[in-house]
Amino acid sequence: MEPLKNIESLAYFSPEILLVVFAAAVIISDLIVKNRESNIVAYISLVGLGCSLVAILVTNSFINSNEPISLFFGMIRLDGFAVFFKILLLLATAATILFSLRSEELDVRLKGEYYALLLAVTFGMFLMASSTNLLMIFISLETVSLTSYILAGFLTHSPRSSEAAFKYITYGAVASGTMLFGLSMLFGMAGTGDLMQISSQVAAVLDSGGVSTLTVLIAITFILAGIGYKIASVPFHMWSPDVYEGAPIPITAFLSVASKAAGFALFLRFFHVGFGKPEILQSIDWGLLLAIVSALTMTVGNLAALPQQNVKRLLAYSSIAHGGYLLMGAVLLTTEGLGAIFFYLIVYLFMNLGAFYVVVLVANEAGTEMIDGYRGLATRAPFVACAMAIFLFSLTGIPPLAGFFGKWVLFYAVIGEGLYWLAFIGLLNSVVSLYYYARIVKAMYLESTEDTDSFSFPTSTIALLSVFVVPTILIGFLPIFYTLSEKIILQ
Amino acid sequence: MLLSLMIFVPLFGMIVVLLLPRESEELIKRTTLAFTLVPLVLAVVLFVSYDRSSAGTQYFVNVPWIDAFNINYYIGIDGLSVTLLLLTALLGPICVLASWRNIEKGLKAYMALFLLLETGMLGFFAALDLFLFFVFFELTLLPMYFLIGVWGGPRREYAAIKFFLYTLFGSVLMLVAMIAVYLNSNVINGVAEGARTFDIPTLITLAGTTGHALADSTFQMWVFIGFFIGFAVKVPIFPFHTWLPDAHVEAPTAISVILAGVLLKMGTYGIVRVNMAMFPEGLDFFTNGAGFWGNSLALLGFINIVYGSFCALAQTDFKKLVAYSSIGHMGFVILGLAAGNSAGINGAILQMFNHGVISAMLFLLVGVLYDRAHHREINGFGGIATKMPVYTGITTLAFMASLGLPGLSGFVGEALSLLGAFQEFELITILSTIGIVVGAAYFLWTLQRVFLGQLNPKYEDLPEINRREIMTLVPLGILTIVLGIWPNFALDMFSESVTNLVNALNGI
Repeated sequence: MEPLKNIESLAYFSPEILLVVFAAAVIISDLIVKNRESNIVAYISLVGLGCSLVAILVTNSFINSNEPISLFFGMIRLDGFAVFFKILLLLATAATILFSLRSEELDVRLKGEYYALLLAVTFGMFLMASSTNLLMIFISLETVSLTSYILAGFLTHSPRSSEAAFKYITYGAVASGTMLFGLSMLFGMAGTGDLMQISSQVAAVLDSGGVSTLTVLIAITFILAGIGYKIASVPFHMWSPDVYEGAPIPITAFLSVASKAAGFALFLRFFHVGFGKPEILQSIDWGLLLAIVSALTMTVGNLAALPQQNVKRLLAYSSIAHGGYLLMGAVLLTTEGLGAIFFYLIVYLFMNLGAFYVVVLVANEAGTEMIDGYRGLATRAPFVACAMAIFLFSLTGIPPLAGFFGKWVLFYAVIGEGLYWLAFIGLLNSVVSLYYYARIVKAMYLESTEDTDSFSFPTSTIALLSVFVVPTILIGFLPIFYTLSEKIILQ
Repeated sequence: MLLSLMIFVPLFGMIVVLLLPRESEELIKRTTLAFTLVPLVLAVVLFVSYDRSSAGTQYFVNVPWIDAFNINYYIGIDGLSVTLLLLTALLGPICVLASWRNIEKGLKAYMALFLLLETGMLGFFAALDLFLFFVFFELTLLPMYFLIGVWGGPRREYAAIKFFLYTLFGSVLMLVAMIAVYLNSNVINGVAEGARTFDIPTLITLAGTTGHALADSTFQMWVFIGFFIGFAVKVPIFPFHTWLPDAHVEAPTAISVILAGVLLKMGTYGIVRVNMAMFPEGLDFFTNGAGFWGNSLALLGFINIVYGSFCALAQTDFKKLVAYSSIGHMGFVILGLAAGNSAGINGAILQMFNHGVISAMLFLLVGVLYDRAHHREINGFGGIATKMPVYTGITTLAFMASLGLPGLSGFVGEALSLLGAFQEFELITILSTIGIVVGAAYFLWTLQRVFLGQLNPKYEDLPEINRREIMTLVPLGILTIVLGIWPNFALDMFSESVTNLVNALNGI
């Protein structure tokens, strides 16, 4: 199908447009509303996300899932893959806004900017999930990065937060620069920015002897550096523990889930569509390279998480490890692998966001992010402790929780390709991860504290927590989630 | 239907218990007891109505669950599983009764977790789909971690996480092996065709089909190892046993009973159900193969028997002694299974059931004494017999059953195992009998140190065992006597299934 022109594309672009409109509405209403305690801007943002979700579903019903539409002269693409990630990102943003409402660390004077930026970063992530042009890929990545830097440094009174933003921006700038260099090399070789044509163009140039394989290898490695930074894979992960520790907790939750998911969307589209049939680069074993990166990422993440005392930082390292698990599914870009990534992302969304929500709640009540603050939580707030235990054991991958089923599909995909060694490393990592997750459970259930006043939470908090607990228990038992790869076709 | 009901009644009970008010402890205890009695009644019904003359699976239910992976909710029973289901269901209410007075905090959570544990155990013994089997196997991990970790002794945190890490390590090896089996389940002569399957009976047939990928002997050897380590941690087989003494010593009485009575059997049951039935070639390599490897399984059994017994001899902590004696007695199961003949396997399975009953009794008895004296130091007692004659009588019965006195159940299982093993591994079997001698030594020595001799003046007014405690012990005591005199009561249940298995192993 021919790519649509600009004006024709607008109707299909309505989810993104709505996000921008509501971001503007947030800024304006923030100027009008005088009461600083009012949460009206947060509710406007939530309405915006809801409208965008409806728009996604409506536009999705217009398109034939087997015939995706290219918008804006082939700059972005509307397909099942993009829709899946957009819904995932919307859910993560909505959860982040709800967390922020509950969080006590945010500056009330900056509410308008905060929620407007959250909508803007979601907009950027939507583009990341649907870009099919090198230029668009870079712009979307930068939109997300720049907004994320500000959000990470949003605690103006906290030096840790400023440090986080500074580290993030320094590291991010280098990574984007490197990636841009790679993109420009690729553009130079292919003569086009269109992801659909790059593969064949580069192959033609290679055949004619115009460039050497090494040049292509360097270009792609540079691009991988940029994407690797976004999904925090080794060796581009160094920024993430400090940023995650310093950023406001809701933003940490957001970065660890949404940012990673958007990064994976970009990664999968770039490699699957751009280089889905890497015959042109036969001399390089991409699968092995990714497998090694995946193994390193999970191992480094898990080993570094072991000694952590700060739960936020611990979860930061754990999310690096989970990036490694997700990469396993991407190693050979098989249908099973993609399906496993989709499934795991859904599970990860619920269990990881849930865990961060508990961190928000405990930080509010106990005033600390350290493991010591979780002591005796089982008696002080039984439901919250129980929910946290469920999230943590799900992150470990213990049946019958959803995390187990998520890991199961991933390992199945990996072993299906004969990569027993990678599956083995992944599984050993799961065992190692039990140790640090269980330390939090141990503090909550097995240790007691002198402080025995129980925490009381409003019903809305318990309800929101249940929204994360129930899927974390049930997703694995529902057969529908196992056939996602059949529905979300990436072309 | 009956079987599903039995598995999920405790889970339903867990939800009910969670909804009860925290303060009404008596109500919580009674509800839990009721929800553990239902599976017991159902297990007795199944045990009686099971068709003993047929070896096939009965009462099976097969409902599709996750189509994408051809995973089914497939359960059913044969003689072996119905025996172990009865054991599990019997220990359920006994453990609830044993927890009646000595759970001081969080009774509601304790009972809820216990019911979850029971569902996991019952489901495991009934599952006939490999994936379901694995899920139920792992389902016991979480409740066990909390039951040991929250309600255990002074070093409970260490014991709980050690148990968890060891078992999880074993499970991941099992998971890899399981995926490998699934992926190869549709490959015949190197060509993949048709749907893959987790169906255990089908997989057993496929593994015996010439040219099928599952029948390949190298493949079978590797997956055998994967599954075996997973189960070996649970049994526990040397050198994976070190979690067991810690877990037992720290766990509350009822949980020790479940651990020794049922959880250890999950390991040996898995070995019979998966390793032996599904990978006969792999088994052959470790029991009949040339040289060292051909004796390796029997050697592991021997090491368990002798090492476990000598360790038990050296203990001064009553509970630790019983824990090590468990390791020793599970060695007979391994030895009998390694023999691979009718006598050996029948003996091993009987020994599984008997050990479940006897070790449950022993741990209950240790618990009774501990509740009164608040310590378990063997040398700290003496002359208890004068103050607690009934208790002493029951303990003597349990000790005699455990050390293998003819006429009591322990003897039959061990004798059959040794009889079977002697036909295959003469030297190892002869040396294994050392374990029986040492077993007699440590039990009799303990009897002498704790119950006989001068009464320790500290225990002048030690109360006698009470009615509730006797109620937990009497059914088990009766079983040890009945099975000692009339072992066919249990043997009849599974001998047909064993004959089938032996025939399959011999290629008939």
